[in-house]
Amino acid sequence: MQLIPCPWCGPREETEFHYGGQAHVAYPEDPSALTDQEWAQYVFFRDNPSGPFAERWSHSAGCRRWFNAVRDTRTHDLLSVHRIGEPVPDLGEKDEVVS
Amino acid sequence: MSATFRLPTGGLIDRETTLRFTFDGRPMTGHRGDTLASALLANGVHGTGTGIRYGRPRGIVAAGSEDPTSLVQIEQPFPEPMLTATTVELYDGLVARGLSGQGRLASEPDPARYDAKHVHCDVLVVGAGPAGLVAALTAARGGARVVVVDEQTRAGGALLGTREYLDERPSAEWVAGIVAELRNTPGVLVLERTTAFGVYQDGFVLALQRRTDHLGFDAPADTARQRVWRIRAKQTVLATGAHERPVVFADNDRPGIMLAGSARTYLHRYGVLPGTRAVVFTTNDSAYTAAIDLARAGMDVAMVVDARPVAPGVLAARCHARDIEVRAGHAVTGTGGGDRVTDVRIAPMPGTDGTADTVDCDTLLVSGGWNPVVHLFSQARGRLRYDSGLGAFVPGGEPPAVGVAGSATGALDFASCVRQGRDAGRAAALAAGAAPAGEVVLPVSDTRTDAQPGLVLWRVPGEPAEGAPDTRFVDLQRDATVSDVLRATGAGLRSLEHVKRYTTIGTAHDQGKTSGTITAGLVAEALGTELSEQRPTTFRPPYTPVSFAALAGRDRGGLHDPARVTALHPWHVAHGALFEDVGQWKRPWYFPLPGEDMDAAVLRECRAAREGVALMDGSTLGKIDLRGRDAGSFLDMLYTNKMSALKVGGIRYGVMCGVDGMVIDDGTVIRLAEDRFLVTTTTGNAAMVLDWMEEWLQTEWPHLDVYATSVTEHWATIPLVGPRSRDVLAGLAPGLDAGNEAFGFMEWRDTVLDVGAGVPARVCRISFSGELAYEINVTAWHGLAVWEALMAVGERYGITPYGTETMHVLRAEKGYPIIGQETDATVTPQDLGMSWAVSKKKADFIGKRSFARAENNRPDRKQLVGLLPVDPDLRLPEGAQVVDTDRLPQPPVRMLGHVTSSYRSAALGRTFALAVVRSGRERVGETLHVPVGDDLVPVTVTESVFYDKEGARRDG
Repeated sequence: MQLIPCPWCGPREETEFHYGGQAHVAYPEDPSALTDQEWAQYVFFRDNPSGPFAERWSHSAGCRRWFNAVRDTRTHDLLSVHRIGEPVPDLGEKDEVVS
Repeated sequence: MSATFRLPTGGLIDRETTLRFTFDGRPMTGHRGDTLASALLANGVHGTGTGIRYGRPRGIVAAGSEDPTSLVQIEQPFPEPMLTATTVELYDGLVARGLSGQGRLASEPDPARYDAKHVHCDVLVVGAGPAGLVAALTAARGGARVVVVDEQTRAGGALLGTREYLDERPSAEWVAGIVAELRNTPGVLVLERTTAFGVYQDGFVLALQRRTDHLGFDAPADTARQRVWRIRAKQTVLATGAHERPVVFADNDRPGIMLAGSARTYLHRYGVLPGTRAVVFTTNDSAYTAAIDLARAGMDVAMVVDARPVAPGVLAARCHARDIEVRAGHAVTGTGGGDRVTDVRIAPMPGTDGTADTVDCDTLLVSGGWNPVVHLFSQARGRLRYDSGLGAFVPGGEPPAVGVAGSATGALDFASCVRQGRDAGRAAALAAGAAPAGEVVLPVSDTRTDAQPGLVLWRVPGEPAEGAPDTRFVDLQRDATVSDVLRATGAGLRSLEHVKRYTTIGTAHDQGKTSGTITAGLVAEALGTELSEQRPTTFRPPYTPVSFAALAGRDRGGLHDPARVTALHPWHVAHGALFEDVGQWKRPWYFPLPGEDMDAAVLRECRAAREGVALMDGSTLGKIDLRGRDAGSFLDMLYTNKMSALKVGGIRYGVMCGVDGMVIDDGTVIRLAEDRFLVTTTTGNAAMVLDWMEEWLQTEWPHLDVYATSVTEHWATIPLVGPRSRDVLAGLAPGLDAGNEAFGFMEWRDTVLDVGAGVPARVCRISFSGELAYEINVTAWHGLAVWEALMAVGERYGITPYGTETMHVLRAEKGYPIIGQETDATVTPQDLGMSWAVSKKKADFIGKRSFARAENNRPDRKQLVGLLPVDPDLRLPEGAQVVDTDRLPQPPVRMLGHVTSSYRSAALGRTFALAVVRSGRERVGETLHVPVGDDLVPVTVTESVFYDKEGARRDG
């Protein structure tokens, strides 16, 4: 069972966590100003890269905090974790990070 | 019966203790320290059952968990199917029988306890053979927290089956010394009878400890029989040893045919001879030692048949000294016998001079070399590499935080094994942050190591006679032969994974421990490729079978999933309620009187609520306390209507949607103060709604000053329903003016109930039935007293408790949807006919933008309507489909929607249903059809509100 490093609690077992999909998809400032297509993009479309992926996690059975993480989807390795509001640091492969 | 194959001395058994057991109805005896297999062999029994496909006799092949065929059914003390005789420790009173095919699961519950334990360590060592012991000692002396797990009853590993001397002392003394030091080192844990069966990510290893299995009837009832150790290790050293590999030849499956090293183990560990007269067939040096040891112990060893062109000189000379003939360049080509081997046929290997021969024997010992036990290493995602010298897959690249030592690496000699153990132990300790200090002095063995390389031989050359069945078994448990493998490759399969699935080789209880590598070799041979180009099949947990009972541990029965009960639960139980599970909650379903069925009880309960007064337990409703400056504007974003406009003292019904505009929950919101609300959710969605709030608060709007707290269990909630509810409330809340003027619909008041010394209560005028109703909220602590007081005051009005079924009927009569019953994540508020609950004024709320999507505005969306079956006695099944034809055509049939709720109504005097139907609201008045069984039943589409359409009853 994988350990996921909660930025508040430290490493905990993955069953304590809840997955929240792609990170940094902001709720639109003014949804009414968007075309149907732009709104659908926000509601239904997410990236699905093979490689580093910025995503949201919630320590749902622990501190119940949401945080962001960069995970390599090929290996499940969590390359870094960030509290909400912290910038994603340069991973050296930043071009590959989809965010 | 005397144990005729037990030697008078030797072995690690307790000869003072005689254990009685029964096998296949035959009473026998053995000793403490025996396995069922060794005790059977001591009694001259080799055969344990028959093969699953061809019914051929099968017996004991090995001495450990790699055994493919010695499956037995335990009958007493408790039925357990399909255990290998080689891993069942003998105890007094054991009753077992051999298996022909599958075993029998117990029909009664297992009375034993099982549990789990977590442990964290710096270094986990799997295997307490020489390499593992040295690794563990090295790490422990360096101060590392070490856990050692070993499958056997005692430490020693391969040494248990030899008579090796280390530093001129019996090896057992050396083992005992190390184990004693480990046990005396603080922070070190040594677990025997413990099999590491799964390696997962980040140093997580599962191991099964058999704690009382070996005690049989004497196992204490209060001790967990088996324990799953959940080990989290910074570093893991795998010292898992090696399994001997057989060679495939015709009729290689008869009882009496055994791995040579295993026979040696039976001799040295259990003091048992495998038979009276043996032939040894080998491709390497190791089996010579078995031949010599057995001859020295008094067995008649007729011949060593060595497939290599030249026999190893020194070992051959030692054989000759004991009158054992050595036939080099020869192979066993077949065997004779029925229930047991009686003779073997030998013939020269191709290209070798010699003569075919037949030798009488009752035991044939086979060795085709050794396979490192790489299962756990592979599970840890270690890379495997084919070693053509060994004819085996060996670790080829260690994954992070995993080391390998001993014969698991492919090392064949003692000196290399212990040196690797020391290196791996030191590396692991260093990597875990410990500092290895004292050097462990490595012992020197008196045993000669392999002098001459082994020959890699998967199968003895030769084909079965034309038309004769192939008896060259590769996987003895699956009854899969060389021909089966060739059939797979002949069908075009090239990958071992595919061949495995096609032939089922390696899918039995033993996971192909003795057959996997041979299969790989045969496939490579058949395809004319190099084995180094083949990828071995993926090893998956568990390494050895683990019972579901052990995996479940304590999480059985009531502990499997917690049952949540309300403060009023004891009353419901005492008054004969039947319960419905709603999530983890136990909710009263209905309260039948003596002689009533469900229909009768529900009709009575409904009538009481509509005509008199009734009450239910609504405590399971989710309740969330929402505080903060921005609580109102936050709720405005969450709900489709404007909650911030709600006045203190007011209540508003709200619908909650996802960003896609689909309804996810509904409930009431009451405003307690300018900066404080109490939000109720459906029973099943309480956790989801709290999560939903947290998600938006933390990830999108962290600047909002809002705090959400679950208070579901803090309150007992009792809806008091019906035209006489006001009278009952008045009797209990003398200080509360409950008239329509003073206490309007959708308002709440705080009061003190005349119960005991006075119970503070919050009373909400809301109604989920359409009747005059008051929802009484008190702290859970006072819930039961208040409920009982309501029952007492209401007695003269015939107050009636009701359950969830009546609640459903009452609300359905009013057309109120239940989220999750009428909805399924594809239903909008508009589909439910709830546009009235959707604000047109708010600039935005979650889901609003989606309402404008073309898809959301299609006129043929499914909409909530009522259905009245033309036959007023017919209750439609929930989930039934709605179609617009009166005769079913050939499928596919276009469905217009489905029935979401269906009941018998006391108020309507008939059955009725709710349904979602395409363009439903346009169809009101139409007749549609619903398939019920083989019939198509006509139904009339109606509006969704059936009862009191004007809403006249809510004010009493």
